[in-house]
Amino acid sequence: MSTPPPTSTGFASRPLHAPLLARPCTAALMIADEAGASALLALAEATPELMPRTTVLLADAGVMNAALRARAPARLVETPLAGLEPALDALLAEARMGLQVHVAGSEGLIGRAVARLLAAGLPLGAIQSEHRGSPARRMQCVHCKTIAEDITTDPYTCPGCGRALYVREHFSRRLGAFQGVCIDAETPGEVPEPVEIQS
Amino acid sequence: MTLTFNKESFRGDYSYHNSPAAIRRFPFPFDRDEYMYSVNMEPHKGGRDGSVFQRRFDVDEHYVAEMEDRAITLARDPMRCQSLPHMRLAGWDLLELIMVSKSEDYPDLFQLTRDGDRWRWVNKPLGIDDTFTFLDDATLPHGPMEYITRQTQGDFAVLDQREGNLWMDAGMITSQADWSLDFDIGMNFFEWHAPVPRAAEMGIFQRALKFLMNVQVDTPARRLNWTMTVNPRLDTSPETYPEWGPEKRSLTPDNIGEKQYLRVELQTFWRLPRSNGLAFPIRCYLCSLQDIVTVPKWGRRLHRVIRDLPDDLATYKGFLVNKPLIVDYLARFDDGAPTSPGIWPD
Repeated sequence: MSTPPPTSTGFASRPLHAPLLARPCTAALMIADEAGASALLALAEATPELMPRTTVLLADAGVMNAALRARAPARLVETPLAGLEPALDALLAEARMGLQVHVAGSEGLIGRAVARLLAAGLPLGAIQSEHRGSPARRMQCVHCKTIAEDITTDPYTCPGCGRALYVREHFSRRLGAFQGVCIDAETPGEVPEPVEIQS
Repeated sequence: MTLTFNKESFRGDYSYHNSPAAIRRFPFPFDRDEYMYSVNMEPHKGGRDGSVFQRRFDVDEHYVAEMEDRAITLARDPMRCQSLPHMRLAGWDLLELIMVSKSEDYPDLFQLTRDGDRWRWVNKPLGIDDTFTFLDDATLPHGPMEYITRQTQGDFAVLDQREGNLWMDAGMITSQADWSLDFDIGMNFFEWHAPVPRAAEMGIFQRALKFLMNVQVDTPARRLNWTMTVNPRLDTSPETYPEWGPEKRSLTPDNIGEKQYLRVELQTFWRLPRSNGLAFPIRCYLCSLQDIVTVPKWGRRLHRVIRDLPDDLATYKGFLVNKPLIVDYLARFDDGAPTSPGIWPD
């Protein structure tokens, strides 16, 4: 029987991010943005023997592309962050059983990549993630369902319906997003000053 | 038995009302003068004559109006009913469970005739007479889960069981206490309970999950849960919070008895035989405070429970802001006399 995730680091639906570790696999897929690329470098440093079986997908990783290329992965694909999903789909179309996936970077990159991997049918146990970079969150408005990227304050203004939303401590892996809920539904117009999201 | 179905609404003019008989059979959820979480499961194998526990799927005077309200909610937001592709068989399991149970428990209202895979279903209160082929989706106007739950009171979560956990992979959720199926679909038992305070630290979810994973076919279980709702509104979803949120602030000492409702969920748990899924109906009963206090024991007890409820639980249940008004109102019906054990009226 499974046990609930520990609550000391957050609420039960929030994914735990841990340093990436190599696992036995037929092939590896590593995904990162610029902030996350250093986590891939650390993994490559610790287990260089993994790299000939590894495809690296870098989304707007800038100067980090060359550093990863120097680790000699079997393949390295660059994509703009906006094109993450189609680039990932193309790689998954060629994937075989036994794939292990490592994702590193912002909450937004991790949320999007993990949601796509799960939708493609990968088991959760074959996916690891490590958070690097800003604490900005990917949010879904529960009212109009608009997804907002890189939200750094609580409350924030929904770009879809314009409501002021607070960040509920609830996360959906399927959507790769936290839940945003109208903060002044009971008292329209009474919106507290936004505060920076810390983690 | 004869049932007359109320003409009433759960929105707008809120003409919902309970008859004296409906008040007497209201599933009052407190068996003592205090409340804390517990794994309060018991076998769902009937109960007192006339009580909501007597039949497998209780049908009451609100049936037709509740189904009309569900249709309104679905027309506005079709995502209240979703089923991940692997849950199709569980949907047929659920359809069979409900049709067999209702036709046996309420033969005057529902009839099921089976000739091999050819089934005829008659639902007299809703004026439905359909013939279809069991396990053939194309022969129904909706998927099997949606078809039967448009005809059955209560929300329905249909859970997949795998990897030592239960997964919220399908549901019909239009009368929920502030949770979103569209957000929670695909989550496991611990994930969808993440916003609940205290219970995880108390080990409630681990014990409840262990119990639920061992529910067997033909031995369903049940429990009661409760919250508070202003106005007799079924659709208190997060999606529509901007619509019902302002109503929470509309209580006054003069209108609270009429507008504040105790909302009780009769939750039942059924193992599904083909899919090994778990059906989790969440049936909502609403009773205004002024109707509750017509049963003196309930008035006394509800006052004591709400007065002594920790603030974090009142916050989670969404009524902390109204707690003082509620306690002041109920205090008028509490003379300090002792109450008898159990939930039933004296």
